[in-house]
Amino acid sequence: MTTFSLTRVSAMCERHFYVMRRSWPRLVEMAYWPTMQMVIWGFLSQFLATNSSYIANAFGVLLAGVMLWDVLFRGQLGFSLSFLEELWSRNLANLYCSPLTPLEHIVALICMAFIRAAIGVLPAMLLAIPFYDFSIFTLGIPLLAFFFNLLFMGCALGLLVTAMILRFGLAAENMAWFLVFLLAPFSCVYYPITVLPFWAQMIAYALPSTHVFEGMRAALFDGVFLWDHFAAAVGLNAVLCLIGIGVYLFSFARARKLGLLLQVGE
Amino acid sequence: MNAAKTIVRVEQLEKRFGDLKAVDGLSFTVEAGRTVALLGGNGAGKTTTISMLLGLLIPTAGTIHLFDLDIARQRHKVLGRMNFSSPYVDLPHRLSARENLIIFAKLYGIKDVAGRIKEMAKALDLDGLLDRRTGSLSAGQKTRVALAKALLNRPELLLLDEPTASLDPDTADWVRRYLENYQHEQGAAILLASHNMGEVERLADEVLMLRKGKIVDRGTPEDLIYRFGRQNLEEVFLDIARDRRVGDVAEGVSASAEVTEA
Repeated sequence: MTTFSLTRVSAMCERHFYVMRRSWPRLVEMAYWPTMQMVIWGFLSQFLATNSSYIANAFGVLLAGVMLWDVLFRGQLGFSLSFLEELWSRNLANLYCSPLTPLEHIVALICMAFIRAAIGVLPAMLLAIPFYDFSIFTLGIPLLAFFFNLLFMGCALGLLVTAMILRFGLAAENMAWFLVFLLAPFSCVYYPITVLPFWAQMIAYALPSTHVFEGMRAALFDGVFLWDHFAAAVGLNAVLCLIGIGVYLFSFARARKLGLLLQVGE
Repeated sequence: MNAAKTIVRVEQLEKRFGDLKAVDGLSFTVEAGRTVALLGGNGAGKTTTISMLLGLLIPTAGTIHLFDLDIARQRHKVLGRMNFSSPYVDLPHRLSARENLIIFAKLYGIKDVAGRIKEMAKALDLDGLLDRRTGSLSAGQKTRVALAKALLNRPELLLLDEPTASLDPDTADWVRRYLENYQHEQGAAILLASHNMGEVERLADEVLMLRKGKIVDRGTPEDLIYRFGRQNLEEVFLDIARDRRVGDVAEGVSASAEVTEA
């Protein structure tokens, strides 16, 4: 068994930094949508605040939901795009002929997902303070728990997307953009889980994101941290990440069997 | 005199894609300091064979030993001692040549990254190209950068798939000379897949003639030319591609005449 190499992981991250630092439009794009979402939902929340007692008490819930949802979306997208860049540049065979192991590649992609998500949502989180006098950072330590749970869920989904791309080539590329939105209605980002019909609640409880957003609402409404939801999110994420890694490695082995590593590309 | 160390040992290698046998029972060895060429038309199994040696493709049957290690089980122990270049893969275009070389130097665990890149830049005349985006380089310049990537880790085994494809004759000649020098200095084993007969005649110690995934003949370039009664390897290639055999030539049948009549 080859020793896990942090040098190789950092080399893979460095490869993406080179692209990012040279391409300011990419950096702007990363921060653009989360910021736009925050602005739009912020104004909507302000309007509703004057018209609904529920919303009046929960002005920050919508904004926090928007921002944390973007952590999940940007995490998944960051993971998938970093992988797709290797396909677009026909570099995958070069990488997998080097001593880089699939596990090291996955760790590097997780690091890049974290960095891309941070670049995406941090400006929105900071701008919300002067715009709406709302700071998500007042959540304190629980914010980190929410952030990392959503990030790891995004990476697990990213693993599933990249596994599909390995198997079906760039025809599966669009999954990187829409897969996470299939889960949005069940994740209960803007409403409590009790709003959903019973069958949908069963699906919702199986998603780490639902537990994160339930926890977020409790923290914002009542100032409490719900350990049971946190534990459920961590446990489900562990299962989802293991499934993601397993499916990725299976797809990688299958791609080696079918000769797809040399064929995938533009 | 000591026998050269065997770097590549392939036995009864086979690869099927459904009903198609892309590679059918190949066996060969490549010793240190020697170049073996895989020669054959499109679909003969050259790239498939190289992909299996790189571990990008899993064989259906047979074994591959590199440096006496079975790559089915110990692939990651040998990857750092080999490298490759192929027109079917590319380096990221948005990165500069230097950035690409830095990344691969780190992936291959090279200690003095800057020093090694400086060495490669001098050897391959890359000084003026290092800070240009790889996507903006000409085909010849990209080939030199790809070659620098392939030689960064001083590989003991070099797998080259069409190393001079799409290069002008001058650049192609330059690349071949560089490869000859590298092999002379490092004693590396080279497995070469090419359509370029002149290149194979010049570089190869042994030629494996492939057709439909099988080795249909083998020998030194001079030996093959002599046995087929031809002037050069290109004529031998055409004989084999058109399914003519040494015996036909020995019996006095003119392959070219027959082909013309056909």
